[in-house]
Amino acid sequence: MSAKLDRLCQNLRDVLGERIESLVVDRGEVALEVAAADYLAVATTLRDHPDLRFEQAMDLCGVDYASYGAVAFPEADQIGARRFAAVTQLLSLTHNWRLRLRVFATDNDFPVLDSLMDVWNGVNWFEREAFDLYGIMFSGHNDLRRILTDYGFIGHPFRKDFPIFGYVEMRYDPELRRVVYQPVTIEPRENTPRIVREENYGKVGDRG
Amino acid sequence: MAEIKNYTINFGPQHPSAHGVLRLVLELDGEVVVRADPHIGLLHRGTEKLMETRTWIQSLPYMDRLDYTSMLVNEHPFVLAIERLLGIEVPIRAQYIRVMFAEITRILNHLLSIGTHALDVGAMAMVLYTFREREDIFDMLEAVSGARMHGAYFRPGGVYRDLPDSMPKYEINKFKNAQTVKELNAAREGSLLDFIEDFTSRFPVYCDEYETLLTDNRIWKQRLVGVGVVSPERALQLGFSGPMLRGSGVEWDLRKKQPYEVYDRLDFDIPVGVKGDSYDRYLVRMEEMRQANRIIRQCISWLRANPGPVITDNHKVAPPSREKMKGSMEELIHHFKLFSEGMHVPPGEVYVGTEHAKGEFGVYMISDGANKPYRVKLRSAAFQHLAAMDELAKGHMLADVVTLIGTIDVVFGDVDR
Repeated sequence: MSAKLDRLCQNLRDVLGERIESLVVDRGEVALEVAAADYLAVATTLRDHPDLRFEQAMDLCGVDYASYGAVAFPEADQIGARRFAAVTQLLSLTHNWRLRLRVFATDNDFPVLDSLMDVWNGVNWFEREAFDLYGIMFSGHNDLRRILTDYGFIGHPFRKDFPIFGYVEMRYDPELRRVVYQPVTIEPRENTPRIVREENYGKVGDRG
Repeated sequence: MAEIKNYTINFGPQHPSAHGVLRLVLELDGEVVVRADPHIGLLHRGTEKLMETRTWIQSLPYMDRLDYTSMLVNEHPFVLAIERLLGIEVPIRAQYIRVMFAEITRILNHLLSIGTHALDVGAMAMVLYTFREREDIFDMLEAVSGARMHGAYFRPGGVYRDLPDSMPKYEINKFKNAQTVKELNAAREGSLLDFIEDFTSRFPVYCDEYETLLTDNRIWKQRLVGVGVVSPERALQLGFSGPMLRGSGVEWDLRKKQPYEVYDRLDFDIPVGVKGDSYDRYLVRMEEMRQANRIIRQCISWLRANPGPVITDNHKVAPPSREKMKGSMEELIHHFKLFSEGMHVPPGEVYVGTEHAKGEFGVYMISDGANKPYRVKLRSAAFQHLAAMDELAKGHMLADVVTLIGTIDVVFGDVDR
């Protein structure tokens, strides 16, 4: 681990203290995890504190951890309590370092997180995207509309239980003389099955 | 007197200067924009979701199809992210080849960006000149990868194959006589490197031509100067990157600040703007093309002097050569496993941001040890820039919206993913 990452981790521990749930350094990248309750306050500190100064939020995305490490989507009672997360990639131009900030929503059925729009105005569309694709609500966001999917789309397509072929397809109906939706007619298929191997398969990336 | 009301119009998705499928709902007060609401997603193909169902290598060609005007710079962060997850070393020659082609595609992107921007605001001739040079670049990509646009040339662990020793040539047909063919083939007699070097020696002259057409052009300046001014503070708040950030005077380039591959061994300068308007961003892009040309020349001279392997010899990641595969049982098994089951990437997560032609292109990957990614997030610069459309367009005239779309340099494959 380089001296710079050491310094960043030390600064994070000094400034955030108890609010850190986990702080991991892996492959030269620092990942910080906080509780949903502290999320907004931590984000503001990360931006404003002179030892941290993350001026830019480069990316924010939703992640669905429901089938992590599994081959298929698990049964309802097998899903962990922490399913949906928002991951933000922060960048500090002053110190030239990056940080990954992760926060898990507490409720799987209705995931709600604070919006970071007032901290970094640029995350506006990223939060709309995470809402659209994962159904994560961002309280405090002033314009939480769907962004990538069709007008009137039902469901959140990037959730792990949403099939890759979707539920409906579109076609032109010559009698109604307009485009109509109908249930998908394609058979689901998987060309390459998903396989999870034991660790260090083939000794690739063995950092032993 | 008649009551004057605000007027809402749809700009696109079939508008020729919407650069693809942008539906922009504009609320106008007379001819002044009060609110701009971009509706995107008309080209959403669910690339990230598709990647979750494909092996690591099968997902690579999707990267070309994101920003389809600058293909190989898209692949760059994707392969870098896989390599960082795997923790493998890439041969130095492969790194130089990748940097060279990343810069070639940067020129490709800026040529399209400036050419069509000029076309949109009324300088019809520009696009003819810039597309002439794009043809040469497509020929380079075709020679090296077999495809004019979607190369799929960068692979985890290196590049697909070494640079070819000969260039494809024009042939005599009923449209081209022997004399024409001879002229067209003049630069194609040698290797690909000779062809690229010939291009780099011609290219600064072309840049001068573009500057003659645009830089001091009165109409061009009237359309661009003072349009879409972004202060450095706002640019940071809005998450800008690339020429949009540098145009506002923030000196920030990942190739310099967080060098990846061999950028730290190369000599180039970072242009920055002063006012942060569309004209400054145009100047930044012009200068970036010249700097990219410089980088390419340095790569060519290094590549000429240093032959070597171009892909890693770890056959869990990269396939063995055809010759070895036919002769050895072990290599055959490697080949079969790699292309059926695919490689397994150790669990973990990485975010790799690279300096794309449009800004920071980031790939965030989570692996759970399977032969497929668990989650891939593609962070494209144009998405973020388009999100600021409302702020940029507010108070400008309707005609300036065209300028703004051009200066943002949107490509919808990239925005919608």
